[in-house]
Amino acid sequence: MRLRLQAAEFWNSKISEAHFATKLQMGFSFWLFIDRIIYMKKEILLGDEAIVQGALEAGVDFVSGYPGCPSAEIGQGFLDIAKENGIYAEWSANEKVALETAIGASFSGLKSLVNMKSFGLNVCSDSLFPLAYTGTKAPMVIIVADDPSCHSSAQSEQDSRGYAYLSRIPVLEPSDPQEAYEFTKVAYEISEKFNTPVILRITTRVAHQRMPVQFKDIKIENKIFKKGEFIKDYKRFSTMPPRVLEMKKELLEKIEEIKQFSEKSSANEAIAGSSSSGVGIIASGVSYLHAREALEELDLKLPVLRLGFFYPLPVKKIRDFIKPLKKVLIAEEVDPYIEKEIRIIAKDANLKLEIFGKNVLPEIGELNQGKIAFALAKILGIKYENPKNAVLDLPRRHPQICPNCPYWFAFTAIKKSAPEGTIFGGDIGCNMLAGVSPHNIQDYLFSMGSSIGIGHGVIKSTNQKVIAIIGDGTFFHAGIPALINAVYNKSNLLVFVLDNRITAMTGLQQNPGMGKNGMGEEAPMLKIEEIAASCGVKNIKVIDPVNFRELSDLIKDFLNKEGVSVIISRRICALLEKRQSK
Amino acid sequence: MEKPFNIIIVGVGGQGLITLNNIIAKAAFNDGYDVKTSELHGLSQREGSVETYIRFGKKVFSPLFVAGKADLVLGLEETEALRAVRFANPKTIFVVNKNFISYDQDILQDSVEKKLNSLIAENLRLIPASETCKKELGKEVVSSIYLLGYCISKKLIPLQAKSVLEAIENIIPEKYLELNKKAFELAENL
Repeated sequence: MRLRLQAAEFWNSKISEAHFATKLQMGFSFWLFIDRIIYMKKEILLGDEAIVQGALEAGVDFVSGYPGCPSAEIGQGFLDIAKENGIYAEWSANEKVALETAIGASFSGLKSLVNMKSFGLNVCSDSLFPLAYTGTKAPMVIIVADDPSCHSSAQSEQDSRGYAYLSRIPVLEPSDPQEAYEFTKVAYEISEKFNTPVILRITTRVAHQRMPVQFKDIKIENKIFKKGEFIKDYKRFSTMPPRVLEMKKELLEKIEEIKQFSEKSSANEAIAGSSSSGVGIIASGVSYLHAREALEELDLKLPVLRLGFFYPLPVKKIRDFIKPLKKVLIAEEVDPYIEKEIRIIAKDANLKLEIFGKNVLPEIGELNQGKIAFALAKILGIKYENPKNAVLDLPRRHPQICPNCPYWFAFTAIKKSAPEGTIFGGDIGCNMLAGVSPHNIQDYLFSMGSSIGIGHGVIKSTNQKVIAIIGDGTFFHAGIPALINAVYNKSNLLVFVLDNRITAMTGLQQNPGMGKNGMGEEAPMLKIEEIAASCGVKNIKVIDPVNFRELSDLIKDFLNKEGVSVIISRRICALLEKRQSK
Repeated sequence: MEKPFNIIIVGVGGQGLITLNNIIAKAAFNDGYDVKTSELHGLSQREGSVETYIRFGKKVFSPLFVAGKADLVLGLEETEALRAVRFANPKTIFVVNKNFISYDQDILQDSVEKKLNSLIAENLRLIPASETCKKELGKEVVSSIYLLGYCISKKLIPLQAKSVLEAIENIIPEKYLELNKKAFELAENL
């Protein structure tokens, strides 16, 4: 007789989901095989760490991603524990490759997770849209971390929720680490049920929020990575026309079904309140917490609808919520997506409803309880004053490259050696600090790898000299196609690669130039000078930037050469050196 | 405690704000409170201004609080403490390390201290934590733990010393534990 015992869960006690093999003989003897040990735990977790826990509990097999702020702790969290948990994890060369890697895993039957910051979604969108069409085979969750207020982001104040409309992929929005943990599991449930990827959209104040989280800590004894199998299914995995339009039809039908799921999901929750004023609040993400806090402060008990589903929205639930109201405040950060949807829903449900959103809350920057309290006071016609404090004229303390950073030498040499009027192309990573004092050598800054692409455009359009300044991680991420383009189209660009042997800005993650992969294993070391040579670059030189005079002469020399030149300024990141010496 | 207790830690990237943040959060959790914190990583860490929010109490919704709502400002650097006056109300206590990290030649330690004194007046506790830790323990790096010890012993943070010590043991790596405990206890005898 074989019995499978599904164990109950108790606080702080060791419980096993065990397989018992019992054998009834004269007496009683049995063998106990334990393969999963579950502890119920309550611990302070960072939002990013809570997502790792949720995915472990959901049984994730395969993790890929690209480090960015504020999502880097997710990928790192998996890499640190991958081996002992029988998980495959990697830092991919960029987000597009990361997503495609996970698609391969999903099609082979493995449960996957992809992690990236906001702009990563732009990079991977080319494969994201067809993925919505084919759907997943094994479940996949894509974590995207936005950064309202651009605390750690250049480029743009991106609200990645907009991708839901472009791709028709469900988007969930947790407000705190506990929800980040729960919603990760819900996301896997949706993905499994509907064969669709699900995006979990977090923001800095969720990713980097800490709180006590109640979770199941699963210890899997001796788990080994279990390989899947790719079972050929052309009709399912290939978007070749005319199949592609059939797929679109299937996708639209799928979204209708997911709408029903959204209506029933506890991720969307109406918190009852007193409606004597006829005012209610609809909030999403961390704005929900700020809204609750604002109500406490103003001592109000207004009803609140918390939307954990951004897409598809629970339209019936929203309709029921707004029906009895006279006024509603939509508290969402950055873009007014939900507000626009509610304006449409209100046309059927409550034509007289006054809708407040971006007319009382800012469209730029993150929200807080003060901004929401101020908006509520306006709507309710009550008095609320922000405290008036002394206004100081202290200049900002800008971030700096670290003491002993090799970039000090490189930036100084570039600034001193480049002739008057040279254009300096900036790129993403620590190297963007070239743009601040004391160096101030940055004439444009866009996206990963763009120093080279834009630099080529300037070269072709003018008689000016351009130095594109780019880091090693960024070069591997998106610099290579731009370099190929510059060579092929006969540019005179100077590409200055700051090779500090690591992806430093986001907290020291491995990259293809290091000879180590994300899990810390030995890996092939890709040499930037060899890549440049095979891209057809004729003038290439690797130099240690502490050799100031030599570097200075080299910059002057290469700026006058025909064709594309590449200088690789190679010296280890000061933080990495310090860490290695510990 | 009816309303959450609001702490903001301010300093310069690289001063160990997040470790201090985590110790206080864990101690609040040990004392049975609900707690939330918010911090920034990445670009802001590279010697720029850094602030972390900690809130604990019976129930905490938001990890942030706004201007005028701080109960305590923990300043690891004087200029950054001055910048935090926007979080202050007339009751806010400022515990500030007498430590100045220059970043602009027009801003002098003397004028920053004068301004702090005039704006915060009797609520300012300017503590020579860096200097004391260097002298007594040979390491300046534990000055933030020393400041925490000061806050706990003077009851400026309503948490039990036992819970904080437990949190320190939990969070600080074995190698540096004794040094950190010493720094914490050193301030108790002030």
